[in-house]
Amino acid sequence: MFLAPAFLTNPERFMAFSRWAAPLLGLIASGLALAGLWYGFTAPEDYQQGDTVRIMFIHVPAAWMSMFVYICLGGASFLSLVFRHALADAAAQAAAPLGATFTALALITGSLWGRPMWGTWWVWDARLTSVLVLFLFYLAYLVLRSALEDEAKSARAGAILALVGLVNLPVVHWSVNWWNSLHQGATVFAKGGPKLTPEYLLPLLLMVGAYMAAFGALWLVGIRGQVWRRRAEAALARLARV
Amino acid sequence: MLDLDPGKYGGFIWSAYGLSLAAFIAMIWFGLARARYWRQQAQRLTKEPEV
Repeated sequence: MFLAPAFLTNPERFMAFSRWAAPLLGLIASGLALAGLWYGFTAPEDYQQGDTVRIMFIHVPAAWMSMFVYICLGGASFLSLVFRHALADAAAQAAAPLGATFTALALITGSLWGRPMWGTWWVWDARLTSVLVLFLFYLAYLVLRSALEDEAKSARAGAILALVGLVNLPVVHWSVNWWNSLHQGATVFAKGGPKLTPEYLLPLLLMVGAYMAAFGALWLVGIRGQVWRRRAEAALARLARV
Repeated sequence: MLDLDPGKYGGFIWSAYGLSLAAFIAMIWFGLARARYWRQQAQRLTKEPEV
């Protein structure tokens, strides 16, 4: 039997929960971001990368979020496909634009970091290419959802596409191990512990926390928007039948 | 000590931070505007007298 918290399965309870949880998460995100930026801009310059190391505090959280949000999209799509749960589909639909934005940010900030460090804006490297593929999956999901008018067909097709895209996540994660890559390997989850010194690790983890909390707040707001949209469209359909 | 002088890499660093800030502002604005719009639509439509 599938068990889920009541506030995640009942739209009324979800709306009551998200009403206070979204602003609270927004406040937590703001606090963590301020602390992360403070420690990030008081950390010393890196001996090799100089000041560009500060791009890490926004690039790495965006890159992690691009994958985390896709896991959320995949999980919600699975629940929507198997249990036909409207709230799960609303969650999937609300996650996709946020995931696409985080992925675009990861690509752009990575490019802005790569230019001074690698001497190039872009290389067709396994990590960069697989993240670009992830971005294309997000875009394909958004286009598919907006192209199909029938809500049930749109939800089913979108869920299948999102689940297919999950295959790309291990490729993104392990691409730096599987192939020779210009992109550096794991530094935080490296074997033997983080390779970063505390003055860089602390602001990085604070910014990751800020991005996670911000995503939580924005996701809840997005799901609320989807719930209201469905209610409005249902009301419109009722009025049209009268 | 707060170091806001990124030297010769300033263009790259501030562009990255500026774009990230703009993306967050856009996500917040679009999310809230969309939720507000559909909430108003739902409230308006459910208040319509049925004829």
